[in-house]
Amino acid sequence: MFEIHNCAPQFIQQLINGVALGGLYALIALGYTMVYGIIELINFAHGDVYTLGSFISLSILGLIPLATISNPTVLGLIALAVIILAALLCGIIGVLIERLAYRRLRNAPRLAPLITAIGVSLILENIMQIWKGNSEVSFPQFLPDHWHQIGGVRFDDRSLMVVVVSLVCMILLNFFVFHTKLGKAMRATAQDRDAAQLMGINVNSTIAWTFFIGSALAGVAGFISGMYYGTTFFLNGYQAGLKAFTAAVLGGIGNITGAMLGGFVIGIIETMTSGCISDQWSEVAVFAILILTLVFRPSGLLGQQLPEKV
Amino acid sequence: MALLSLQGVTKSFGGLTAVKNLTFDVEAGAIISLIGPNGAGKSTVFNLITGIYMPSSGSIVFDEHAIEGLKPHSVAARGILRTFQNIRLFSHMTVLENVLVGRHARMRSAAWDCAFRTPFAQKEERSSDAAAMELLEWIGLSRFATEWARNLPYGMQRRLEIARALASEPKLLLLDEPAAGTNPAEKIGLMKLVQSIRDRGVTVLLIEHDMKLVMGISDYVHVLDYGEEIAHGKPDAVRHDQRVIEAYLGKGA
Repeated sequence: MFEIHNCAPQFIQQLINGVALGGLYALIALGYTMVYGIIELINFAHGDVYTLGSFISLSILGLIPLATISNPTVLGLIALAVIILAALLCGIIGVLIERLAYRRLRNAPRLAPLITAIGVSLILENIMQIWKGNSEVSFPQFLPDHWHQIGGVRFDDRSLMVVVVSLVCMILLNFFVFHTKLGKAMRATAQDRDAAQLMGINVNSTIAWTFFIGSALAGVAGFISGMYYGTTFFLNGYQAGLKAFTAAVLGGIGNITGAMLGGFVIGIIETMTSGCISDQWSEVAVFAILILTLVFRPSGLLGQQLPEKV
Repeated sequence: MALLSLQGVTKSFGGLTAVKNLTFDVEAGAIISLIGPNGAGKSTVFNLITGIYMPSSGSIVFDEHAIEGLKPHSVAARGILRTFQNIRLFSHMTVLENVLVGRHARMRSAAWDCAFRTPFAQKEERSSDAAAMELLEWIGLSRFATEWARNLPYGMQRRLEIARALASEPKLLLLDEPAAGTNPAEKIGLMKLVQSIRDRGVTVLLIEHDMKLVMGISDYVHVLDYGEEIAHGKPDAVRHDQRVIEAYLGKGA
């Protein structure tokens, strides 16, 4: 009883934390959902591409003498440059994974690429363990951080950055998918691969671009999670990947808007559960949602209602 | 020089020969029909021309270039587009978007242009939208432009498939049983449509079971049975060919 009483004043506060976390999950969920939409593969290596994004950002930041720079504008530009580089490199890695591991299995029974995806995930995790060791690595907090207070609610620049960056990415992606030639090619390929190629669409390159964009978004998520939490860890992608996957399933796997919605819902539920009940219950809540969705509404919240599968 | 020329094309699947030593030409500007009983190999011919299958032997020359072995999307880019016997529209897209997918092969902007909205890409998207709308206007579907493709009645879905194929400005249009499942009124409309497609300068190769349609609009007819050509000629000649009658109705008919 007292928990509910305690929870009420924090409600808005938890909501804000939840939205920040949700933005992160949504960015990762988009990669799951886009890849599933186009080749019906649950790319279990995707969570590890996200971790790779934070490791790559960390290494790039290591090359910059951050301590000698104090101008906030320059630091902001550095952050932007690192985001773009991490996105590009993760995108390229995503394309390589598709090319080397999945393309040959495109017409194989669906279990084969699924097991391959788990294999790729293990390979990436082991590479990252060798790269940065098997303990948490701290992420430089080089951006000036200010706390803002509106009413009784406090939030800092870091959570603001997570929300802004993830929303900008989602708006750009939405525009790209629905209003450009390549976006239409992706949606056409997702709906009927054979018909799409007979209409002149290069299916291989369209699928490669889908991997590029999904992985690039995971790279962005990797950077902003490093900034948000201040640490990174080679197995981070395992947990975050599962939660983002839950978000994608909740929203309706294959559905872009669904992945965004699912990401925010999962993020909010997770922070609400840890804030109002306890940390230990947050994962129970998230995965209970996965099970409930799969049992009662396997097509997800927006599945089969909104015609925008990618 | 014919627009499309098949020379001794054979396709076997294991022990089954689906198409055997097929040779024919499609002259530019003509309406050519491919007829024959079910299982005669007509659809296999379409799949061979569009690059879905690689011929076991023989050559396919289109517009003075050998196209056998090219990927389907490259064949489409060279100007051969098709429709499907069982309609295969992108049902989760609007009518306009379906036609825009058809424009894909004619658009030059790279992924880079799409991502950064370069002036070139913006201009191309705009002109593409205009071309697609014009085509919908022409085929009589412009008022349904923002409808989901799957919500159109069957006959209109068939027209939309044709519009989608024409959107890429093909030189050769392959129509796979366009009259299947349409009512008599729609059939007459379809006949006129095929003729006006030819008047646009697009050559038409047609697979069709409806003999009234075939005999009404074809310049030349090729008849297949068990993968082999058994007759060819002007519609009237083919209609009275003894082997054709036997293939359709059985011997002694």
